[in-house]
Amino acid sequence: MAKMSKSPWLLHYDASSCNGCDIEVLASTTPVYDLERFGIINTGNPKHADILLITGGVNYQNRPVVKQLFDQMPDPKVVVAAGICACDGGVFKDCYNILGGVDKVIPVDVYAPGCAVRPECLIDAVVKAIAILDEKRAQMSEQAKAERKQE
Amino acid sequence: MSKISVVPFGPQHPVLPEPIHLDLVIQDEKVLSAIPSIGFVHRGLESLVDKRDFKEMVLVAERICGICSFGHGMGYCEAVEKIMNITVPDRARFLRTMFQEMSRLHSHTMWLGLAADAFGYESLFMECWRIREKILDMLEMATGGRVIFSICDVGGLRKDVPDEMLAEFDRRFAALKSDYDHVTEIFLNDDAVKSRLCGVGVMTIQQANDLGCCGPFLRASGVRRDARMTNYEAYGELDFEPVTANEGDSYARCKVRIGEIYQSIDLIRQCIAKMPAGEVQAPVKGLPDGEYMMRIEQPRGEALYYVKANGTKNLTRFRVRTPTFANIPGLMEIMKGTEVADVATLILTIDPCISCTER
Repeated sequence: MAKMSKSPWLLHYDASSCNGCDIEVLASTTPVYDLERFGIINTGNPKHADILLITGGVNYQNRPVVKQLFDQMPDPKVVVAAGICACDGGVFKDCYNILGGVDKVIPVDVYAPGCAVRPECLIDAVVKAIAILDEKRAQMSEQAKAERKQE
Repeated sequence: MSKISVVPFGPQHPVLPEPIHLDLVIQDEKVLSAIPSIGFVHRGLESLVDKRDFKEMVLVAERICGICSFGHGMGYCEAVEKIMNITVPDRARFLRTMFQEMSRLHSHTMWLGLAADAFGYESLFMECWRIREKILDMLEMATGGRVIFSICDVGGLRKDVPDEMLAEFDRRFAALKSDYDHVTEIFLNDDAVKSRLCGVGVMTIQQANDLGCCGPFLRASGVRRDARMTNYEAYGELDFEPVTANEGDSYARCKVRIGEIYQSIDLIRQCIAKMPAGEVQAPVKGLPDGEYMMRIEQPRGEALYYVKANGTKNLTRFRVRTPTFANIPGLMEIMKGTEVADVATLILTIDPCISCTER
């Protein structure tokens, strides 16, 4: 990636994770790993966010929350599943209250495995997400152009 | 006076570190009461005993919570060892104590950072997390993992920590004290910080005892109670005295945690100085049969581990009572009568760990 087209903002949600990945998400924004050098800010407002970063295997009570957060985010948006639980349920896969991965509820673009996910892996995933975000934005503007021509 | 209204708070909220939902009953800017509802992180982890054998359960127990993960694994292992009459080698006992104190150290440093973030002091948050990385570096050196390091096993530890590395840790911990001096000075003496903490959310000694609180939350109200006084692992051979404060407000809770940070550094250095030589893993033969209740002191307070086994490789029951669960009634009590703006700080002062609570 030669240059950043945008400084995307991040929305982090803990969907039944054990906190291990959550503190790594926070750690990757703090001085040593410093995700913020890409202009990325950890926001709490879904309406400001471009990247949805979800940790944990999603349980039944969390499902509507995850769905709602995803729906509240404006397009284009990218979903990153952080940690092995978010990817496929991980160690909790056999638990009765775990759906087994974020992709059971919303479409996931980038998978970042690990228990707990390492900040290096997380940074890699977010940088990948930025490229996907660019692609989606290009697609959207193409579509908008095509629609304008039709009119 | 305006009408009484109910404001939903959470599970996803900009200032909320953990998914808990609160219904705040408010009048003007005052909170009249708070009604918690939980269940956003319930995984049903205890039921995994049917599917995993008692040795694999150590790994599951460690994933009760990613912050105090070592303690959960250790509490579970202790309970199983007591059932099976395994004597843990001395070196393993001291190393476990060291890892437990390192977990406490990184957990409390993390708390200091989150508290700074909750009252809007972002550079202090960053500074605390910068210091925390130094502890995580040491954990990574010794175990290979940063937050969940799976080194504890039934019978001792999976691997030894070489003496040269321990000597290096000792040097690093000695140097760490000056880093802490720098941040704790701000927490204890800065006027802006004090104005958000002093006199906010006061919990009396009577309330703390009646509501069954535990950990720094309880000790900040002047109760001298700490599960480490039961001398499990190597605590009996170390010089240890619980840190307490008397005011019972948010500032006192901050003060107790800061006291415990320095105490943890001291305990770790004592462990390193007294580290016995020898094996770290005792042989594990046979299968557990019986039941045991183990209590240990986690960074957030006292945690209980109940293990029941019937002589097969799968346990019959594994039950955990975690500190945040005991502290939630206390949290609801201190929220009564406070400003809405203080709610986020108050939730943080009990150092909540919802994923422990719900498992």
